[in-house]
Amino acid sequence: MNAVPNPEFEADCIRRILAGEKHLFHDLIRPCERPIYFMLLSILKNEADAEDAAQETAIKVYRNLHLFRGDSQFRTWVLSIARNEGLGRLRKTESRGEESLDALTDEQSGDFTPAVLTSWKEVPADALERKELSGLLRKAIEGLPEIYRNVILLRDIEEMDVRETAAALGVSEGAVKVRLHRARALLQRDLASRLKGFAPKRARLFKW
Amino acid sequence: MRIDCKHVWQHVSDYIDGEIDAQLRAEIDHHLETCEICSAVLDSTRNVMVLVADDRVFELPTGFSDRLHARLEEELAKG
Repeated sequence: MNAVPNPEFEADCIRRILAGEKHLFHDLIRPCERPIYFMLLSILKNEADAEDAAQETAIKVYRNLHLFRGDSQFRTWVLSIARNEGLGRLRKTESRGEESLDALTDEQSGDFTPAVLTSWKEVPADALERKELSGLLRKAIEGLPEIYRNVILLRDIEEMDVRETAAALGVSEGAVKVRLHRARALLQRDLASRLKGFAPKRARLFKW
Repeated sequence: MRIDCKHVWQHVSDYIDGEIDAQLRAEIDHHLETCEICSAVLDSTRNVMVLVADDRVFELPTGFSDRLHARLEEELAKG
């Protein structure tokens, strides 16, 4: 459910909004709602705070729309505003600097070796109807260090490409790839053996 | 050149994203043909990615969009 950015629609919308057709802002921001919210949830780790910050972000985007130059994608620009909003709030509430927020650096060593397991071919997508599995996945992602969590959210959940993810997070494309690799390895290690239990049993053709 | 399992693991993510050159891809493919462990690591990493990307895992709170647009409407009405 990830809206593909449409630069021509966005440019036209922005021009018309700035010319007075303000109601079009609803349509402009709608495809960005999901990534804004999950970016903020990943930073603030609290649904109510993330929702409030998402509303504030949308208002800031509206007020600063005349500053958007079109040299990046609109969604990238919006997400960098969301990220600043989230980090600003964290600093205020926890009175800690960005150093500690981003304390985990890309040089950090760690064990990123995968879990070794026997073959697991079927994806238990049907089991997602069960809250238990969704909860397991969400918990695993919430448990990742922030620099990995952000990258997973934007790349694998919101399906943004490496370039856009790098621009939204203000890091290099190389850093996105390294973080993504580590994040996926951590998730694989954490989840693979537990998820395997959700894989469908091979269907039996005869039930007698 | 034969590559070992650790080497394959280092490139799993780029392999899935198609971000490696043709030669390395061929070497990994060759390795995967005979290595069940690496095949399982690759499958499970891909499966985890498919699952976390499912919209049912990360859902917006009920009414999120309505509340957002109501707040925006107030802002837009300010003139």
